[in-house]
Amino acid sequence: MSEPFEPVIIGFTCNWCSYRAADLAGTARVKYPPNVRLIRLMCSGRLDPTFVLKALSQGADGVMITGCHPGECHYIEQNYKAMRRYLLLRRTLAQMGIEPGRVKLVWASAAEGVKLAKEISTLVEEIRALGPLNWPGRVKMATGGNGTAVSAHISQEVTA
Amino acid sequence: MSDNGSGKPKFAMYWAASCGGCEIAVLNIGEKILDVDAAFDVVFWPVAMDAKYHDVEAMPDKSITLTLFNGSIRNQENEHLAKLLRQKSAILVAFGSCATEGCIPGMANFSSTEEIFTAVYDTISTHNPEGTRPKTEWMTPEGIVLTIPQFYPMIKTLDQVVDVDYFMPGCPPESHQIAAVVDLVIQALAGKATLPPKGSVIGAGGSTVCDECVRARNVKKIDKFVRIHEVAEVDPTLCLLEQGILCNGLATRSGCGALCPGVGAACIGCYGPAADVVDYGARLMTAVASVIDSRDPNEIEAILDGIPDPAGSFYRFNLAHSLLRAGKPAVSGNKP
Repeated sequence: MSEPFEPVIIGFTCNWCSYRAADLAGTARVKYPPNVRLIRLMCSGRLDPTFVLKALSQGADGVMITGCHPGECHYIEQNYKAMRRYLLLRRTLAQMGIEPGRVKLVWASAAEGVKLAKEISTLVEEIRALGPLNWPGRVKMATGGNGTAVSAHISQEVTA
Repeated sequence: MSDNGSGKPKFAMYWAASCGGCEIAVLNIGEKILDVDAAFDVVFWPVAMDAKYHDVEAMPDKSITLTLFNGSIRNQENEHLAKLLRQKSAILVAFGSCATEGCIPGMANFSSTEEIFTAVYDTISTHNPEGTRPKTEWMTPEGIVLTIPQFYPMIKTLDQVVDVDYFMPGCPPESHQIAAVVDLVIQALAGKATLPPKGSVIGAGGSTVCDECVRARNVKKIDKFVRIHEVAEVDPTLCLLEQGILCNGLATRSGCGALCPGVGAACIGCYGPAADVVDYGARLMTAVASVIDSRDPNEIEAILDGIPDPAGSFYRFNLAHSLLRAGKPAVSGNKP
């Protein structure tokens, strides 16, 4: 390979903590690699494993889920749900042969810009070591080029 | 062939990678099958009558009014018939779980072709002293080339191969639902009813199995998952999930009448994802994890140990139609 592998990482941030931590990192000019694309949710409790699977299935090499520290959720206890979903998702991914290290859960308060930047840097290197996931390419190969996107095959609900 | 020029609409049913349960479910509609015979000319139905593929190839395009296609796309022959029947049919229905979402055959998408062939041709319970494996082409000593359809690395669903008009879930679809759909098509052909918009799910409800389940439901707090044989006695009236038994009803489409939980067996999800669910397994993970009654990672892990096969439990029917469509071994090359 001529160029080093640059992983694509989707990061889900919580409006009340980690998104502000990322903001703080930016304001303070703390450097972190540009491989992560941050998406703001209102809470890590909104993180449906569907989002993670969608990211991986569409070409992300890794996913970072971030939220408020346990006990500090703006919505009281939703980050515990994120924690439980994450732990269950990891088990499912492992069974599917996808390295669990591609998905990471990180707690970061609004004051922890430096910590978040460090976690992002670490994850980028960890995923760089794992190599590309390239799920769309793999599916295309395995289906003989028929990489038809999976659609929810429901346009309208009808009871016959 | 019963194309006797009666002018009746034509009916076909085909099985690809399937078990035959869908055909039995169709016959289970009882005397309603006589209505099918009265309303339609059955032109192609390999399990019920003799017909050759070249007979279908000779039919004019769109000449089959209604085709029920069950089974998933496992090999080249399945794909050929899917494309052929799409071309020859006015209405193509993905019939049953295999055709709509991959079903049990779809779980082969967890494994590579090599792993599948090893399981089939090379395990201790298999007598195969010559180590025979399927080959798509073989030359006989007489110099004749024999072929069999190519085995694909991944199971595909019908809508991943051709355009599909309607989706009918279920493993198999319940007979009363089939009867209702047959009635609807007959009525529509007589101009007395209109067919639902293309792409609709037919023969099922728009809600979840929980909605049809008669068991009592409370706020769920689960501190232990158990499998049904580990329970001394299943409470006959309480929600199974609240008893710690993993039940897929909360993400599964209604339409079956919640038969399994009704008799004390957990829903395994054969009616597929409920309306608007993008990824069935992810929806189940979301729901199941949220009701675990712990905030401690180690304790949560211990509780999750009670679900020994999460991928198999959450994607038993839906893997081939999930976002990832397969496990990594299946999508990582390894041609047969």
